[in-house]
Amino acid sequence: MRIRCPHCGERDNGEFSYLGDATVVRPDGMSASSEAMHDYVYLRDNPAGLHRELWYHGAGCRSWLVVTRDTRTHEIRDVSSARDVALARHTGDAA
Amino acid sequence: MTTMTLKRSDADVAAEIPDRSQAYRVVKGGLVDRRKLLDFSFDGTSYKGFQGDTLASALLANGVHLVGRSFKYHRPRGILSAGSEEPNAIVELRSGARREPNTRATVAELYAGLEANSQNRWPSLAFDALGINALAAPIFAAGFYYKTFMWPASFWEKLYEPMIRRAAGLGHAANAPDPDTYDRMHAHCDVLVIGGGPAGLSAALTAGRAGARVILVDEDFKLGGRLLSENQWIGSQAGVEWAAAALDELISLPEVRILTRTTLFGVYDHGSYGAVERVSDHLAVPGVHAPRQRLWRITAKRAVLAAGAIERPHVFGGNDRPGVMLAGAVRAYVNRYGVLPGRRIAVVTSSDDGWRTVTDVLAAGGQIAAVIDTRRSVPQELRRAAESAGATIITDGYVAGTRGHLRLKAIEVVDSYGGAQSIACDCLAMANGWNPIVHLDSHLSRKPVWNEHIHAFVPAAMPLGMVAAGAATGHFTLADCLATGADVAADAAKECGFERKLYPVPSTEPESAAHTPLWRSPRIKGKAFVDFQNDVAATDVELAHREGFRAVEHLKRYTTLGMATDQGKTSNLAGLSIMAELTGQAIPSVGTTVFRPPFTPVAMGALAGHHRGKEFRATRHVPSHAWCEENGAVFVETGLWLRPAYFPRAGEKDWLESVNREVNTVRSRVGICDVTTLGKIDIQGRDALAYLEKFTANPFGSLPVGKARYAILLREDGIILDDGTIARMGENHYVMTASTANAAKVMQHMEFCRQWLWPEFDVQIASISEQWAQYAVAGPKARDTLRGVVDPEFDISNEAFPFLASANITVGGGIPARLFRISFSGELAYEIAVPVAYGDALWRAIMQSGTPHGITPYGSEALSVMRIEKGHAAGAEINGMTTAADIGLGGMLAKKKDYIGRLMKDRPGLTEPDRPTLVGVRPVDTSKRLRAGTHIITLDATPSLEADQGFLSSVAYSPSNGHWIGIGFISRGPQRIGERVRAYDPVRNEDFEVEICSAVFVDPEGSRMHV
Repeated sequence: MRIRCPHCGERDNGEFSYLGDATVVRPDGMSASSEAMHDYVYLRDNPAGLHRELWYHGAGCRSWLVVTRDTRTHEIRDVSSARDVALARHTGDAA
Repeated sequence: MTTMTLKRSDADVAAEIPDRSQAYRVVKGGLVDRRKLLDFSFDGTSYKGFQGDTLASALLANGVHLVGRSFKYHRPRGILSAGSEEPNAIVELRSGARREPNTRATVAELYAGLEANSQNRWPSLAFDALGINALAAPIFAAGFYYKTFMWPASFWEKLYEPMIRRAAGLGHAANAPDPDTYDRMHAHCDVLVIGGGPAGLSAALTAGRAGARVILVDEDFKLGGRLLSENQWIGSQAGVEWAAAALDELISLPEVRILTRTTLFGVYDHGSYGAVERVSDHLAVPGVHAPRQRLWRITAKRAVLAAGAIERPHVFGGNDRPGVMLAGAVRAYVNRYGVLPGRRIAVVTSSDDGWRTVTDVLAAGGQIAAVIDTRRSVPQELRRAAESAGATIITDGYVAGTRGHLRLKAIEVVDSYGGAQSIACDCLAMANGWNPIVHLDSHLSRKPVWNEHIHAFVPAAMPLGMVAAGAATGHFTLADCLATGADVAADAAKECGFERKLYPVPSTEPESAAHTPLWRSPRIKGKAFVDFQNDVAATDVELAHREGFRAVEHLKRYTTLGMATDQGKTSNLAGLSIMAELTGQAIPSVGTTVFRPPFTPVAMGALAGHHRGKEFRATRHVPSHAWCEENGAVFVETGLWLRPAYFPRAGEKDWLESVNREVNTVRSRVGICDVTTLGKIDIQGRDALAYLEKFTANPFGSLPVGKARYAILLREDGIILDDGTIARMGENHYVMTASTANAAKVMQHMEFCRQWLWPEFDVQIASISEQWAQYAVAGPKARDTLRGVVDPEFDISNEAFPFLASANITVGGGIPARLFRISFSGELAYEIAVPVAYGDALWRAIMQSGTPHGITPYGSEALSVMRIEKGHAAGAEINGMTTAADIGLGGMLAKKKDYIGRLMKDRPGLTEPDRPTLVGVRPVDTSKRLRAGTHIITLDATPSLEADQGFLSSVAYSPSNGHWIGIGFISRGPQRIGERVRAYDPVRNEDFEVEICSAVFVDPEGSRMHV
């Protein structure tokens, strides 16, 4: 596989490691419930089709990335900096 | 060419004794170099061949057809094909350390001195004792493993499996390490062309002329594909000449790279391809500094699949007899190698191209015994050559069976009226249409589709960026190959940003690919094979059908059809077509199995490349490595690190004596240990503390500048991730250590938290593991020792620099350093860090400064003994299954902050009161040796899983206590201090009494580290 890192350009997948679902959000703070945390830690969808997932460019710029990949074909539609995605999401939460 | 003839006293014997004079080589023609005569041997007999031969063509030139025994039935087998699809002629090449089993004779390039041996026969190829398996054929039918060797179960490992493996074996791997080297290359291109036949050459020329960066790969040692094996004209040139001219032009194009002897074996995502180049397989020994093979990892924007097609055998009785070959292979041996595979050659065909064999054999001076066309009507112009040569011609007929023992002697033919006749021949050429090579385009799970017009599967949805051309798409005529190759390559070049330019396609002769397949002969005499390599007969497919294994994946696994090393290249469709017929379905409804990489077997050595022995992975040396080596350290590999394990001194009789001495010296005087292997992470920024508070499980808010604290890190599921220390070096500056094994994992986790969970924090982190050398200096004389290296303006007295202090200091007259008063050994101890370039110098300076105090270097063994004596958890305790409470640190966890793992650590299973918890254990009889992994049971228990109360995770001989000690996890352990239990070790047959005790065996009050 080849992944186009927004910082480093297109690189071989040997430079990256996979974590998983980028759509789950950590229930942050002291008010989070055990049930919500359980779902965050353990429950995952397994979609056939587009999936947003977290990859780590460990052998490159050490950026976490949100990769949008078609699980059926491995086609990669988008690669974004995870920090940018998270900041945008947090801004959205506040708005 | 030598023309010596053997004197034959007995014609029958002579027919089976290989002629040594290349008696089957035609007088002239072919692409072999007749000036270069090569000696080689097969099963110990010497033969001669020419440069440009394969082992198969050279054997055929000498009249040798019998080259192997089949997998299950040990039936005599010959050479079926002239390419990489060969299922039968599987041989062992070379000897000694270079012995190489399971190589196809049809692709092994001949070289002077080549040694080849047949496989799977005993005692000899001509007389194979296990040929009696053929008589027992009924028990070896499909599913025989499941049915025959089921009972009694205990016989399987001892008797059945070894017996079957011996009988149904392939070759033998070399017993010695491979003496050759293997290389690896990464290459990038615009257009990758897979296959150097007419379509591939046409594609490479088109893309190359457009200026694209082209890589052309072909598995053969000569470019041209079928052009080398057919008598065809392109424009005014013979096909072979056209191919040679194309090669010349490609060489002249600066952006074109040509890789012959290179098999593209795998297609991977996003334009990644794997190929193996057999750099030196055609030489006895690779040249100086040349690798044996080279693995290519190619990244291509576009790929043109011009892999060609594989001809299909007919399914009739005895279709595996040596002498029965594919028609295209017969033409290859005649036209390319100048070898007639028989004196009297018969042809059975269901396609127009099969008749070409007649013309080519006759042109080479061979004799055509008969042509059997399974179709009702055959165009007159096809028949003409055979008729004028006086051959028997039968249409609407078929071959039912064959005769001959080790070599074909006759075929049993049935004509359209059902009349049977025997026709003498020593070679039968089978033409039953061609299957496009759909392997590579289906490597990414894209299934091919059935094309009704050509009766074959063709590529459907192609992998992104890949497009097929020529025979690989079912366009079998030369004109189509040239045109489609050029067309798709012009598109590919355009998609890479080059001008789409088509050149006139040269003219070719009119050609017919008309074909009506006969999937199997209506009447079969004897065993008719579908899969030659795995010995699957048509009757096995019938049996699978009767027993309900009709789905294609069941058929495959039940009969092993297509599961041999050839992946069923010549067999899959035959099996599918029979199942289709039996179930009354169309072939595409039966389906097809998925092909996976590699296309042909790839040597493990090629995949490993340079990563062998010590080069398997990088070796990391600690900064004190040179000194340790000079001073006789014994090293141990921990991950990538090579760490000193202990430092033996003259007169010490074993490692234990050295380790005991090191421990005793640290506890009584002073020692130094290289702890650079720890992960070291620098954390800076306005929000560094806020970040750490969320990241660590214990509180850090109260940690002042100039202090260090033990840190516990949890995973989000509540289990301990790692532990370490965090020192506050400045208001917004922290330095953290992680364990050696988890350094990279902790760093990744910290980046995850920083970038993804809490992106608002103004904090930066950096790994400084490689930048700082760090040494532990421990023992009552540690401070006195350090005073010799720390610059005098820094007060390191107990009052000024107490336990858990940390500071930026200088050493040796201004060299920046970091000093931490932390202790893993339980003694007065420091860790001192300097930029790694000063590491060696600092180590030597400390050794010098410590000499008057009796300093010893100590290694990972003594380090481990001392941490067990102090009951500190390490990798064996922080093992991915334990919580902070399990290792006795539950009380340290923060109550008033949110942190990773906070909620999940309280799951019922993790807080259950009976959970095994860390305690110490000592043997009641102090002469007993404890073992890690030993289970703990109560004194009166009968050993069982239910009675298990825990286990010992770490043990050591404690010189401080004078006996073995252990720490481990015992159910309710801390409440059972003083209780006697049993250390039960069924693996080593040990069972003795131990006492549960505190995990701290030395200085339980912890006073020593505070002095």
